[in-house]
Amino acid sequence: MILLLLIALLMLGGLIAWVSERAGSNWPRWVTLGTTFVGLCAIGVDTVPHLIGHVELPSNPWLREYSVPWIPRFGIGLHLAMDGLGFLLIGLTLVLGMVAVIASWTDITTGIGFFHFNLLWVLAGIVGVFVAMDLFLFFVFWELMLVPMYLLISLWGHERRSYAATKFFLFTQAGGLLMLISILALSVVHYRQTGIATFDYSALLGTSLPPETEFWLMLGFFAAFAVKLPVVPLHPWLPDAHTEAPTGGSIILAGVLLKTGAYGLLRFAIPLFPNASETFAIVAMTLGVVGILYGALLAFAQTDFKRLVAYSSVAHLGFVLLGVYAGNLHARQGAIMAMVAHGLSTGALFMIAGLLQERLHTRDLRRMGGLWPVVPKLSGVTLVFSMASLGIPGLANFIGEFLVLLGTYRVNIPLAILATIGVVGAALYSLILIQRAFHGENTEGWKVPDLGAAQFATLGAMILLSLTLGLYPQPLLNASRPAIARIQTWGSQTDTQDTPAALEHEASDLATPAPSGR
Amino acid sequence: MLDWFWTIPAVPLVGFLILTLGPSLPRAMVSGIALGTSALAAGLAASLAVTLLHQGFHPVGHTQALWTWMDLAGFTPRIALYVDALSMTMVMIITGVGVLVQLYATEYMSDDSDYQRFFAYMSLFVGAMLVLVLADNFLLLFLGWEGVGLCSYLLIGFWYRDLLNGLAARKAFIVNRIGDTAMIVGLCLLFTELGTLEIQAVLRQAALQWTIGHPMAIAATALLLGAAVGKSAQIPLQVWLPDAMAGPTPVSALIHSATMVTAGVYLIARTHTLFALAPATQTAIVVIGTTTMLFAASSALVQRDIKRIFAYSTISQLGYMFMALGVGAAGTAIFHLFTHACFKALLFLVAGALMFSLHHEKDLLNMGGLRRDLPFVFWAAVIGAASLSGLPFITAGFFSKDQILLQAWRSPSGGLWLLTAGLLGSMLTALYSFRVVFLAFFGDKHSEVTRSPGWRMTVPMGVLAALSLGVGWLGWSARAEEPSWFLRLMDTAMPVHQPYLVTDAQAGTIALLASGAALLGTGLAYLMYMQRPAVLESVGETEAVQTIRRFLLRGWGFNWVYRWTIQKPFGYLARTAKVDILDQGYERLIMRPFLWIADINRDDALDRVYGGLTRLVEQSAVTAGRLQTGQVRWYSTVLVAGALGLAGFAVLS
Amino acid sequence: MSGPLVVHTMMLAGILFAFGLIGFLARRNVLFMLMSVEVMLNAAGLGFIAAGARWGQADGQIMFMFILTLAAAEVPVALALVLQVHRRIRTLDADAVTLMAG
Repeated sequence: MILLLLIALLMLGGLIAWVSERAGSNWPRWVTLGTTFVGLCAIGVDTVPHLIGHVELPSNPWLREYSVPWIPRFGIGLHLAMDGLGFLLIGLTLVLGMVAVIASWTDITTGIGFFHFNLLWVLAGIVGVFVAMDLFLFFVFWELMLVPMYLLISLWGHERRSYAATKFFLFTQAGGLLMLISILALSVVHYRQTGIATFDYSALLGTSLPPETEFWLMLGFFAAFAVKLPVVPLHPWLPDAHTEAPTGGSIILAGVLLKTGAYGLLRFAIPLFPNASETFAIVAMTLGVVGILYGALLAFAQTDFKRLVAYSSVAHLGFVLLGVYAGNLHARQGAIMAMVAHGLSTGALFMIAGLLQERLHTRDLRRMGGLWPVVPKLSGVTLVFSMASLGIPGLANFIGEFLVLLGTYRVNIPLAILATIGVVGAALYSLILIQRAFHGENTEGWKVPDLGAAQFATLGAMILLSLTLGLYPQPLLNASRPAIARIQTWGSQTDTQDTPAALEHEASDLATPAPSGR
Repeated sequence: MLDWFWTIPAVPLVGFLILTLGPSLPRAMVSGIALGTSALAAGLAASLAVTLLHQGFHPVGHTQALWTWMDLAGFTPRIALYVDALSMTMVMIITGVGVLVQLYATEYMSDDSDYQRFFAYMSLFVGAMLVLVLADNFLLLFLGWEGVGLCSYLLIGFWYRDLLNGLAARKAFIVNRIGDTAMIVGLCLLFTELGTLEIQAVLRQAALQWTIGHPMAIAATALLLGAAVGKSAQIPLQVWLPDAMAGPTPVSALIHSATMVTAGVYLIARTHTLFALAPATQTAIVVIGTTTMLFAASSALVQRDIKRIFAYSTISQLGYMFMALGVGAAGTAIFHLFTHACFKALLFLVAGALMFSLHHEKDLLNMGGLRRDLPFVFWAAVIGAASLSGLPFITAGFFSKDQILLQAWRSPSGGLWLLTAGLLGSMLTALYSFRVVFLAFFGDKHSEVTRSPGWRMTVPMGVLAALSLGVGWLGWSARAEEPSWFLRLMDTAMPVHQPYLVTDAQAGTIALLASGAALLGTGLAYLMYMQRPAVLESVGETEAVQTIRRFLLRGWGFNWVYRWTIQKPFGYLARTAKVDILDQGYERLIMRPFLWIADINRDDALDRVYGGLTRLVEQSAVTAGRLQTGQVRWYSTVLVAGALGLAGFAVLS
Repeated sequence: MSGPLVVHTMMLAGILFAFGLIGFLARRNVLFMLMSVEVMLNAAGLGFIAAGARWGQADGQIMFMFILTLAAAEVPVALALVLQVHRRIRTLDADAVTLMAG
């Protein structure tokens, strides 16, 4: 019930925010902030006590579940459920939602009410995606988050906004369409086999498919998620969309919207089509590594602050894809960690890009330079986040990337080595960002104000969060463990049991493949 | 003390946090906080050392686990510290040199506008370096490893306004990162093969699981060696260290000579039992170390920038340590690390004092005759150079280098060729060391002394000079077959497998040879730079000598090779790819056709259809609106007429 | 009530209704238009009463009660509107009040 309430709260908050613009231009901002904060507190208070102290894998993976029929004729239900993975991503969504509001505080000056309405509806759509356990409902939310995002880019974006918004829409719609076909086909196949028309996730889990069909259906899902993630040949919408979107939009886009792709892979593409996914794994892993290297190379060459960060996202999400398809526990946990960490670090970097653009009216790194003495606080904070981005141990990104590499190494050594070379690439583009923007001579004679108190507090809180997760990631790992353990593993999971240290720790029960369905 | 030695790295980190998060503080408070935390850490380290010495250094060190970093299906690295004789020695060096250099920096950096930022970075460095050497597992070690790399980057580029400093800093970080890549892969390999990353457990497990020469052992050690080569600036990753001299001189003294660059030596010493399983890697270490040692010593001969001379000297001395590690004498390597930390820090402080007094003059050929104006600096320089050259019996450098030469000769993997190379290096070392002394302090004056260093600079130099002379006796033993006190201490942490096969006569021979090489070098320097400088000049005129000179000056052209094989191709690739090729493809295939169609639609067909529709609706609205007269009687008349019409229709049909 | 009487009463009601309707359509004064509406209502009421008496049912009387109530409710609203119209436009001529013209 709380899940439905949460989505309803976000949607209602959006309407109120829209209307409340009449009362004053700050009203929508406070309403949005309040809505996300209340949502975060509610879901946190409701769920966190259940996460603490869960050592064994619970028989029922869902922390919260809600199910009522919606269109019974086709077996479509309003089935919402949340496990640890969903909880983490919802938490990230709401946190970054608040960050986005604060980052847009001075950025958005026109259509304030409608902007915040769109922001909250995007968040509602994303939360819906993370909890929908009915494929039809999932598709509805998948589309729901797209439209407000399109509006955010096309109405409040920068110079080439309408081009970027169209591109974003085209790519994601094309992927979504393929997924819709796969969803319908899957349901039809299930109906032919059992005589039951259903779109329910848990019911469809056990569907046995001929290998050929399974592969094509898997590819349909993969296409949609690969566009969102993005996987390299399908990424060109991302740099444009991220660069042209308003600051708040970029934060949401990079911070959480991309994660729906990885979530979809973990929740749907792999459990629904385990055999085809295993066959496909090597291709996906290669694409991940290509993404890591290609993203790093392109990020290094950019001169636009936001574009550089956008391409770095391509590289970071290459790690996520690699981790998801490496197929063992370490890599998958690493992928989840990398998702959360990337949300924090890239969200913060986009916020910083927005703050700089607001002050300098340019994103061109060639025109910046020598900003350190001008804005010391902003520079210091940027330094920390670019270090996070290049994977300095002690911050959350490192844990994710290291676990992914560790897991990948066990499956495929050459790919692991190539991915590690991407770490050097990360150092290249992160340092060039710092150097071009903040070091050197202040040739343009910039004189701009430093961070405001609220902005500093927000970024400081994100640093603290990243540091905490980097030094004590256990709560996050524990929360996502039951969800991860249920996903089919493949590759050399027996290796874990062979190693002496692994026997000492009760690892073996986790490494065995979980039964499909429940 | 054993229960809370986690405070040793924590204290400087707290200092860092105060200096970073705190408001802008007055200089006295900044130096107070930085020095206070470093001194407190040094005091804690000293009391820990006393406790451990009192207990007689058990062969197994003490572990202190703070918390479990993560626990994930067998992967359970902890945030845990481990102290034994090896890490204790490192801790003493780091905190000791750290305090002295920071004291020196309070005066050296007193003019700088970014005083607080400098000390914040220094404190962070000390903390990270302590984490590195105290780490109980490889992952935490890697945290410290990257942390010191970060501090090194920040401090090399400390004067960020100059683009060249930024480039040097970036180069250092990237080159180190290449080594770190090897380390990450190495950690993956170790965990996959051995199932743990705890250093001591890895060493035990490896000895059980792998035989000598096992391919996995060779792969693992080769990867760790890659990391060590990057951090300790050995061939082929040595290119960053000479450029790293762009940082402030105290940074060069602490980070780029005494502590951080020795992390690679520490790493190999720490895992030397692993390396003992891989003879191939050990041979590689010997080759790398020896080549680097000779390469850097020869390059140091012709440099003019005083800091670059010492940078090449550091690379060369690290090469000696690698030589020792390669022949399996980890204890000796650490001993040289220890003495090197004292005399090289001293020499960098001397270089700093010269630059301080001569208004940032770094060129050796612009100095000269400073013996009278700066007598204290002169004597410190003489002591430092003597110790670096290994002048017999009175200097610490002699004892450590003598040991390395002895090991290189007697060890099964060494031999006469290694001894010869070592002696040659020793001679070159003495030559370039005293070249600095003679050119800077004797001869004609070329620059005026603008100010003299105060007590905060002279005291650290004095202490380090005393150490450069004194600590050698820790590694001295009266009889060759008995290991010295320092080596026995190291043996508790790093048990040596092969017994000493050295007789007094052999040790005597080596001592004589080493003294001879050092004295020969010193004598040559005296001849070339004091007695007959004219000869040198006339020889220097010839084309062949000039070519060699240029070759050496550029550090054997490594930078040139890398520029053309890596930097340029990568830059070209990046520039080519800047406009995403894939994006271009989509642009042509999808976006342009789509926008084109959309364009046509907007201007042509669809718009007309929609426009016509709109006009139709508008027209009918206007027509219908005419009925709405607003006259009640008109409405009612129509109503009645309509009602009558309907009634009539009902009746008639 | 017998058949012919009913017919006569119905005719009376019809004539009354026609008077009301003609009055409503022909008069321009709003007040008179209102009175004509009242006449029409009462004519309809008379028709109900007569029909109810013819069939011996109470329905006709109940409907008349409804009509009375409706008329009572309508009068104050209508008079209030008339007052407002008078106050704003200073006239009671229905043809002059054409503010709602489309």
